[in-house]
Amino acid sequence: MSEQAIDLKKRRFLTGATSVVGAVGVGFVAWPFLSTWSPSAKAKAAGAPIDVDISKLEHGQLVRVLYRKRPVWVFRRDATAIDDLKTLNQELLADPHSKENQQPAYAKNIHRSIKSEVAVLEGVCTHLGCSPTYRPEIGAADLGGDAWKGGFYCPCHGSKFDLAGRVYAGDPAPTNLVVPKYHFISDTLIRIGVSPDAHEVKPIFKSNKLT
Amino acid sequence: MDNNKNWIDQRFPLTKVWNEHLAEYYAPRNFNFWYFFGSLATLVLVMQIVTGIFLTMHFKPEETMAFASVEYIMRDVNWGWLIRYMHSTGASAFFIIIYLHMYRGLLYGSYKAPRELIWIIGVIIYIALMAEAFMGYVLPWGQMSYWGAQVIISLFGSVPIIGPDLLVWILGDYAVGDPALNRFFSLHVVALPLILVVLVFLHIVALHTVGSNNPDGIEIKKNKDKNGIPKDGIPFHPYYSVKDVVGIVVFLMIFSAVIFFSPALNGYFLEHANFVEANPLKTPVHIAPLWYLTPFYSVLRAIPPMFGSQFPGVIMMFAALLILFALPWLDRAKVKSIRYRSYHYKIALGVFVVSFIWLGYLGTQPVTPMNAILARIFTVAYFAFFILMPWFTSIGKTKPVPERTTE
Repeated sequence: MSEQAIDLKKRRFLTGATSVVGAVGVGFVAWPFLSTWSPSAKAKAAGAPIDVDISKLEHGQLVRVLYRKRPVWVFRRDATAIDDLKTLNQELLADPHSKENQQPAYAKNIHRSIKSEVAVLEGVCTHLGCSPTYRPEIGAADLGGDAWKGGFYCPCHGSKFDLAGRVYAGDPAPTNLVVPKYHFISDTLIRIGVSPDAHEVKPIFKSNKLT
Repeated sequence: MDNNKNWIDQRFPLTKVWNEHLAEYYAPRNFNFWYFFGSLATLVLVMQIVTGIFLTMHFKPEETMAFASVEYIMRDVNWGWLIRYMHSTGASAFFIIIYLHMYRGLLYGSYKAPRELIWIIGVIIYIALMAEAFMGYVLPWGQMSYWGAQVIISLFGSVPIIGPDLLVWILGDYAVGDPALNRFFSLHVVALPLILVVLVFLHIVALHTVGSNNPDGIEIKKNKDKNGIPKDGIPFHPYYSVKDVVGIVVFLMIFSAVIFFSPALNGYFLEHANFVEANPLKTPVHIAPLWYLTPFYSVLRAIPPMFGSQFPGVIMMFAALLILFALPWLDRAKVKSIRYRSYHYKIALGVFVVSFIWLGYLGTQPVTPMNAILARIFTVAYFAFFILMPWFTSIGKTKPVPERTTE
């Protein structure tokens, strides 16, 4: 050992510099580990757009398809239902004009769809992710009687939505149901996951119709 | 024998550890019923680890096989049903014990100086235990596993700006599915048990550094005899080790009765909907977490959405948990034990316990307008206990604390 006094300043600097370099190294190594949690190539592929054939969809009928493991509803509204959307007591709804960004621009209208007759909605409650039930019957006694013009009821926490997926005011769900990106390939075929103007993506999977 | 002991002691502090933590760890002589739950919690932790190891040998953490593999354990594996029910009942037993253990802390002021760190480590254990229990409940991949996960994980999606991306990152997919099941399995059987064991170790080390509190809330170390042994202390072993064995026997009797006669406990320990396999297209009519999480679930539901977001409710739910950390500093009382506190504290504690139980009950029930109002009232009462604590613990007349422990 030399007789020289210990240079505490230098020692502190070296400790600090080593710690900083070490922390940067830990940060770089942590990235691959954290990144393993993001969707894998397989999960991304399974989340590719799907096509839904609506040629046999009757008025009032609803089909559920799985898109990215979430239920998506495709249903056909009759003339009364479309009229009701316009006349439905606007004070009852939290966001009747769809001001919240819960739909693509081309579905920002009173019926929240490209065509007024055919609705496409993500069947996931905006409250806590339950899937609401389809309650099309007008005047259902348990849902407000005469004021009920048909829609959806979430069994988990009691949120109600109309036939355009607009949430009733005062319910736990904060926003309207999400309208996914979709477009019409033909009059009877819908592609879910791609906007009308977007670059064409070929679907990997056909829809698995369940209802 | 002595030679062997010496051989080890020269290489490992065996005798030293034994004496410090058992044979010469002096615990107050006046422990009562409420002091069973620490050792019982340790017992249940060991039981959960052992039964968990054996369940892992037969369980398949895969979307299409998980539910069937649990049924396989229940029907085809020899005694599989027993091990599975020990594990599922053990989870609820763990929380009953932990809640009583924490209530003991509130009764006798065990979180107050110099035991703040014991309390803080304990609260971390409690939170880790909730995460462990939640992920464990997802694994059987029943309807309630799936939809419970859906509801709880979607809470993270309500975080402003980063929410949706955070959600996809946690799930490893666009919805709850195989990646989520697989990673929850990993966390449930490896990461969280390791964390829990380390935390329990730290909890006990911190406790043995300052010594145990007692129903009188007095420091026995202030009164020592000429050998430096607290006059009101008795060695943990054999006195309390034997006492704890009695508690363990009684606990195991009750525990066995539940396992053999009512393992699902009418839907409270295993929900009925969880005997149906997960179906992403069909939400059960009524979703509720298991009973030990329902008080916080009630707080979540009690807060209405604000600014078009569910986030305020999520913040309040986590705040209800995190506020526990502040307890040692919110309590301004000079005395620790409820025996010598003013009646203000007794009333406040009573209101708090009633609120917590009501919140727990409401969390198991569907939302009705009446339930929503009640949940809001009891949420306010829950938070009021903590927020008003500096006030109600500093007023009122306390009784004189004795020098020595009472009989």
